[in-house]
Amino acid sequence: MFRVLMSIWIVFCSQMANAELSIEISGAGEHQTPVSVVRFAGEEGGTQSISEIISNDLLRTGLFKLIHPAGRAPHVMSEVKYADWYGVEAIVMGSITPQEGGNMLVTFSLLDMVRRSELLKLTVSAPQDQGRAIAHGIADRVFERLTGTPGVFSTRIAYVNRDKGHYRLVVADSDGYGEQDLLNSREPIMSPAWSPDGSKIAYVSFEERRAIVYVQSLSTRERRVVADFPGSNSSPAWSPDGKKLAVVLTRDDTSQIYVMNADGTGLKRITFSDAIDTEPTFSVDGKFLLFASDRGGTVQIYRVAVEGGAATRMTYETGNSFSPRFSPDGKSFAYTLFNEGKFYIVVNDLGTQQVQYLSNGGWDKKPSFAPNGKLILFATELQGRGILASVSSDGRVKQKLAAQRGDIREPVWGPLLKR
Amino acid sequence: MKKILLSVLLLNLLAACSSTPTKPDVAEVPPANTSANTDTAAAQVAADAQVAADAAAAKAAADAQAAAAAAAAKAAADAQAAADAAAAQAAADAALNKASVYFATNVDAVQAADKDTLLAHGKKLAGDAKAKVRVEGNADERGSSEYNLALGQRRAKNTKKVLVLSGAKSSQVTTVSYGEEKPAAAGHDEAAWSQNRRVDINYNAGK
Repeated sequence: MFRVLMSIWIVFCSQMANAELSIEISGAGEHQTPVSVVRFAGEEGGTQSISEIISNDLLRTGLFKLIHPAGRAPHVMSEVKYADWYGVEAIVMGSITPQEGGNMLVTFSLLDMVRRSELLKLTVSAPQDQGRAIAHGIADRVFERLTGTPGVFSTRIAYVNRDKGHYRLVVADSDGYGEQDLLNSREPIMSPAWSPDGSKIAYVSFEERRAIVYVQSLSTRERRVVADFPGSNSSPAWSPDGKKLAVVLTRDDTSQIYVMNADGTGLKRITFSDAIDTEPTFSVDGKFLLFASDRGGTVQIYRVAVEGGAATRMTYETGNSFSPRFSPDGKSFAYTLFNEGKFYIVVNDLGTQQVQYLSNGGWDKKPSFAPNGKLILFATELQGRGILASVSSDGRVKQKLAAQRGDIREPVWGPLLKR
Repeated sequence: MKKILLSVLLLNLLAACSSTPTKPDVAEVPPANTSANTDTAAAQVAADAQVAADAAAAKAAADAQAAAAAAAAKAAADAQAAADAAAAQAAADAALNKASVYFATNVDAVQAADKDTLLAHGKKLAGDAKAKVRVEGNADERGSSEYNLALGQRRAKNTKKVLVLSGAKSSQVTTVSYGEEKPAAAGHDEAAWSQNRRVDINYNAGK
């Protein structure tokens, strides 16, 4: 019975996935590798074709210059005339062959056009409706082969969609397509947080008419209350090993930071201030927490050991600073800066103490690093609506992604999954 | 006794009505009735005040006619006192109809201007041990959602403190924060933000 329900749910969600998104990419990286993605043999045209998805994935990293094939259409290495591709360093090409039983066979190659060698060649068989997943998978392999850094196009993101008092906790592909609802509610949902293995999401739901922290499994949909103390329970954050959760509770008065086991046992208070301490996030080594606090008058980012103790102030920008997030290499952290009526996405380099503004300012909130550190996802606004945006970690390439309905809030990038 | 119950019910209804527009999900009173009820009640309060003032004035006039000129001054003073009392009662009634208090930017302390409103609600709760309220804190959107949740919680807590100092029992008042999640007004401007930096006193949801 449960399996039947699951499959109904999946059918429902794949229809949801057809919701149109509009994507706008702007800016250019400093050192961009010129590459070209040729339309695959046997491919339908359009923005949702496999070659187009690969192009967009590569484009929004800011590391590549996408050269239009302009009529050149090789599908295998033997068809490539190298003289035609002057100035292009690599090309992606391939073919799609329908198979019996609704499957398709996708073959692709990545060619080094300077050395005239084949860097990658792979063939995958998959159901025909898995085109997006296959395209992201190809883009991941191409990206890794060309940059030495794992691609994150197959990873998933989570966010809250608020539409006229209707709230949905949504999980989607890293480019915003393929939406699936994890929770539907008439009451607010906040602060989704991925478990490090990508199997669960912790979040805050007001369905009991106050903030309670839940942990829900993506595969079984099963969920558990992990923090339901008197007052507000909020801002869950996972430790890197997935065994602990940091949360913010008001049970002992004002909002303070606590750490507990992921099942809700073993609660321990970490901060002891009479100010607001919130938005904890673990360091990559699991030894520290960053958090936002107004203990100094303005809201700034502080650091404290996970065992507790004295906190160190980390930010000194004019205005108020919120929502810290460590980069995956642990060398910097991103946060939201609110100053003179605008929110900015800012990165603070822990080595140099330099602060870099990654966004132009507006309603840019809640930064979250891609697991390879190359992109930062955040919430922004376009024509009065909350939308998803991303920026390359050098701040050069920006992308805006508008959903069909409602406001997108609280986006968070999921982890890299083992393949 | 029946009359007291009725008026308490009416007050509960009024409190519920005035918070209805911001809380559609817990509304137990059709919004269509809101303005009608509020108007009726306001009219009733005004009428009551008028009747009391009229009666006092009539009494004063009669007294003045019957008594010597020296006594007339005292009677006039009595009339004034009676009218003052009626006006004060009307003001207190009006305060009880108000179910929201507002806050300055990034401040969680109750404003002096709202103390009378909260005093009246505190007394009302003190006079009716069965009544319960839910004090709901909110914040404007200029901050992170989590910071605003914390700020709304502090606003609700401070509002509860004033209610308890005004006579309510702690057990009659629960607090909750919605942070920036349930704005009363949309828009990135002070007109909207000032509406959203608020605490609602919800008699309907105080279970």
